[in-house]
Amino acid sequence: MSIAENQPLYDADDLKRFRAERFERFGKWLLPVAVLIAMIWLWDRIVVWNEIPHFILPRPGLVLETLIKDWPMLFNALLVTLQITLLALAVAVIGGVGLAVLFTQSRLIEMSFYPYAVIMQVTPVVAIAPLIFIYVDSRTAGLLICAWLVAFFPVLANTTLGLNSADHNLRDLFRIYGASRWQTLRYLRLPAALPYFLGGLRIAGGLALIGAVVAEYVAGTGGIGSGLAFRILEAGYRLNIPRMFAALILIAVTGVVIFAGLSFLSHMLLRKWHESAVKRET
Amino acid sequence: MMTTPPLGHRPPVLDMSNVTKTFNGDVVALRDMNLGVNSGDFISLLGPSGCGKSTALRLIAGLSTPSAGRITWAGGQSENDLGVVFQEPTLMPWATVAQNVWLPFRLKGQSYASVKDEILDALRLVGLEKFLEAYPRELSGGMKMRVSIARAMVTKPRLILMDEPFAALDEITRFRLNDDLLRLKAKIGCTVIFVTHSVFESVFLSDRIVIMAARPGRVIREVTVDAPYPRDEAFRTSADYAALCRQASEALHEAMGEHA
Repeated sequence: MSIAENQPLYDADDLKRFRAERFERFGKWLLPVAVLIAMIWLWDRIVVWNEIPHFILPRPGLVLETLIKDWPMLFNALLVTLQITLLALAVAVIGGVGLAVLFTQSRLIEMSFYPYAVIMQVTPVVAIAPLIFIYVDSRTAGLLICAWLVAFFPVLANTTLGLNSADHNLRDLFRIYGASRWQTLRYLRLPAALPYFLGGLRIAGGLALIGAVVAEYVAGTGGIGSGLAFRILEAGYRLNIPRMFAALILIAVTGVVIFAGLSFLSHMLLRKWHESAVKRET
Repeated sequence: MMTTPPLGHRPPVLDMSNVTKTFNGDVVALRDMNLGVNSGDFISLLGPSGCGKSTALRLIAGLSTPSAGRITWAGGQSENDLGVVFQEPTLMPWATVAQNVWLPFRLKGQSYASVKDEILDALRLVGLEKFLEAYPRELSGGMKMRVSIARAMVTKPRLILMDEPFAALDEITRFRLNDDLLRLKAKIGCTVIFVTHSVFESVFLSDRIVIMAARPGRVIREVTVDAPYPRDEAFRTSADYAALCRQASEALHEAMGEHA
């Protein structure tokens, strides 16, 4: 059989690839959604079949109802937690990148301070938090410090690694052209560190939220201006289990939104040049 | 088109006199190297691995200092002495082709607008004027190397150092880039020191071949390639070329044989 001119010629391999691509495209979204629906249905059925009272395990519908009913209070709490999280993340970024730059500019500073950065990271925040709330008067400041403590290290470690991973030949080239320290940092080291920094930022985003929530548990005092974690504690004391679930869902969704937002930011910044963001053509 | 004056009538650019480089005090990477580089020279440093070719380039580039001996620039060192091409294209992946070629100017504080014509000229010379806004990952290996060459010569430096620039390319691309390099040299009259371990490449490109031996790295002999430029495909298949290759090859074998 001859091949018709100007007609695309697809073979079995192409068709297999098309099928795999289609499956990938839809499966990425449909499968998790299907799992979610199945889990919610199963949860509902377990409650109904076993006649579990709602103060032990509420039905999913009741959780949704509570979420809507308590929305004004929960939303305010969400804003408080979100504020602490984002502030901590911002401070972690400024501090982490700043310190990473200092580390790469001066070996003396790096040798002096890096071990302490590691110690800060490996000490559980739950263990430090009570002390922080003894010495820091402002509750917000205390929460912020706790969240910052956990979010800071991934930014520092990744940015340091990135700043040091600039191509050696390019560094030589910069030396040959008589580049100043600042120029090498601005035009070579910082752009080279960007993918590493963004990787650290994604981890730090989740950790900042965890830090904020853990700190709220430890701080433990409520009233106006308390976050989601406190609302969970409070609802627990009152056996208001549906509200506990509603607040928990809000925290989880917040975490996912933060992660997705930072992933999107990373994609936008790297999509033109970095392997991780470039779509493969073959 | 600039014409290069014959050997021996060219003003000096750089002089290496008794340059020795040792590491940790006792590992001799390069011993007593003497080399006079004149304007318009195309010098190949040819030798086996470990013969100090790259060490010599790093010394000239000022990336390391000689343990003994002197490297002197005629008329003193200036800001615009050097352009460098490495074995890898060494481009900044986050910058476009134009931004990569702009780098040497940018580091001297010159704005893109003020040197746009030079950047365009350099890219036109390597045939990439249509790829100004492309990112390195969108280019083939040969094209990336052309960008690297454009960057090295955009400032019209007194000396261009090339450290096995085409070693990682396939032979067809390598031949084409060799032709292009000679065309460029004819157009802008640059002075080049070219490190290679290919006898054929060194004979095709250079007017002087410095043959080096290893352990310790040192200059064994200098071979003058007495064939006129421009050199083209006809030269590559000529009896003269074959004879010159044989001569350089014998010298290289002698260099390697002594310490093989």
